[in-house]
Amino acid sequence: MTARPTSQHTDQPAGRPPADAPTVTAPFGAELRDVAVRYSRSDDPALDGATLTVRPGVITGLLGRNGAGKTTLAALLAALRRPTAGQVLVGPEGSLEDPFENVWTTMHTQLVRESGDVWETDKAKDTLAYYADLRPHWDAELAERLLEDFEVDVRKKPAEMSRGKRSALGAVIGLASRAPLTIFDEVYLGMDAPSRYAFYDAVVTDYAEHPRTIVLSSHLISEVERLFEDVVIIDRGRVLLAENADDVRSRGVSLTGPAEVVERHAAGREVLARQRLGGTSQVTLFGTFAAGERAAAVEAGLEVGAVPVQDLFVHLTRKDRPGTGADTEEAR
Amino acid sequence: MGPMFDGPEPIYLQIAQMIRAQVLAGELAEEEQVMSTTQFATTFRINPATAAKAFAGLVDEGVLYKRRGLGMFVAPGAREQLLADHRARFFDEVLAPALAQADLLDIPTAEIVDYVLGRPRPAGPAGGPRTGPTTDPTPR
Repeated sequence: MTARPTSQHTDQPAGRPPADAPTVTAPFGAELRDVAVRYSRSDDPALDGATLTVRPGVITGLLGRNGAGKTTLAALLAALRRPTAGQVLVGPEGSLEDPFENVWTTMHTQLVRESGDVWETDKAKDTLAYYADLRPHWDAELAERLLEDFEVDVRKKPAEMSRGKRSALGAVIGLASRAPLTIFDEVYLGMDAPSRYAFYDAVVTDYAEHPRTIVLSSHLISEVERLFEDVVIIDRGRVLLAENADDVRSRGVSLTGPAEVVERHAAGREVLARQRLGGTSQVTLFGTFAAGERAAAVEAGLEVGAVPVQDLFVHLTRKDRPGTGADTEEAR
Repeated sequence: MGPMFDGPEPIYLQIAQMIRAQVLAGELAEEEQVMSTTQFATTFRINPATAAKAFAGLVDEGVLYKRRGLGMFVAPGAREQLLADHRARFFDEVLAPALAQADLLDIPTAEIVDYVLGRPRPAGPAGGPRTGPTTDPTPR
C-alpha cells in the first residue's frame, strides 16, 4: 500500500515528506506538556500535569498500575481524545504537531489496545483490509506471516475468537502497520506464554529491520523490560519518571554478602527488600550508589548488583508512598 | 533463547563480558565476524540499542572493530590485550577477595600455599600456565 496522505496544508513542515518522497516516514517523537485529562468534574483527573518526551525511533516501556493513566496517555497520542489542559505533540523530530483531528499524524500512528481495535462482528480479514488501506506503510507480507505464526484464522470474526487470538490479531495489526508511532497498550492479554514470546520476538525483529517509535505498556515487566530502551512510569495521573532503562535500573542497588557487612553498607538507606540465609544476606536498596560507595562495598567483599525494573516499579508505585515526593524530582 | 543476560549488571555490560570471554577462550577468533546487533537482539530478545551499546564499548576497548558496510570483527591482538588486562586485574579483583574470605574463615596462609603448590596444573602446550584460562573468571 503506497497511498500517500493527501495533506490539506500546502506549506509542508520540515519533517513531512513531499507527496513523491520515498515511502518511509521518519519515526515520530511525542511530547506531553503539563497535560491534564478529566473525564468528569467529580472524579480525580486521569492525567494531572503529565510532562514527558517520547524519543523518536526508540522502544519505550509505559508502566503504571491499573488506573494510573496509561490508556488515557495512549489515547492522547493516537488523537482519540483531546487533553482538558496542556499540550500533546506528535510527529517527526523537529516538526511535532497537535495530533487531534490531524489526518497526517493520525494516519501514521497505530494504537493497539487490549480490545484489539477491530470490527468485532466482521471477518478479521475485513479489519485487516481496512488497516491495509489506512496505513501508508502497511506490509501485507509481514501481516500474512504473523497471522500464520499466531495461528489466527482471518475468516473468523473477532467476536468468535478466544481472547488470546483477538490479542494476537491486534499485535499483527500493530506490527504490520509499520507506523512511525506504534502504541501497544497491554496487547498481550489472553495470550499464552509461547504467543507472548512470539510477539516479543516479532517486535524485536521487525523493529531492528524497520526502526520506528514503539510505546509498549505491560504489567509483565520482567518479560518485557529488556526490550525497552526508555521507560516511563506513571502513577495516579502523574509521570514519576521518564528516562533510559539503564538509568532506571541504576536507581536501585542490591548488596549480597555477610549479613553484618551488608547491614553496615545499607545503613541510612531506603531498604526495599531484605533476604537472609544463614550468615548471608541480600538487601535491595533504593537510590543510586556513587562510584566510591560501590567500590567500598566491593572492597568489603560484597556483591553489588542492579535491581530489576519490576522491583523498582513496585516500590515507586506503592499505595502508601507519598505521591508528591517522587514527582518533584522529575517535574520540570 | 534461554535465560541469558539475567545477571544483576546492566545488560550491555553482560553482553560485552560474554564477548570478551568468547575472545579469551578462542571461541571468537581474531578477524572473525561477530553477530550483528540485529542478530544479537533477535537471538537474545533484547533491544538492538542495548547490543549496539555493548559493541560500541568493545570497539572503544579495541576488542572489536568495524568494517564499513560489513559489520563487527574481532580486532587483531584482541585476545592478547584481554589476557594482559585480566592478568593485571587478577590479583586485585580475584585473589584479594578470595584471600579476604580466607581470613574471614580463619584459613591459615600456609594451608592456602600448600593448596596452590599441590594443585594439579592444567597441561598446556608451549607456554605452560600462562597460555591462559578458557573462561573468563573475572567478576565485573
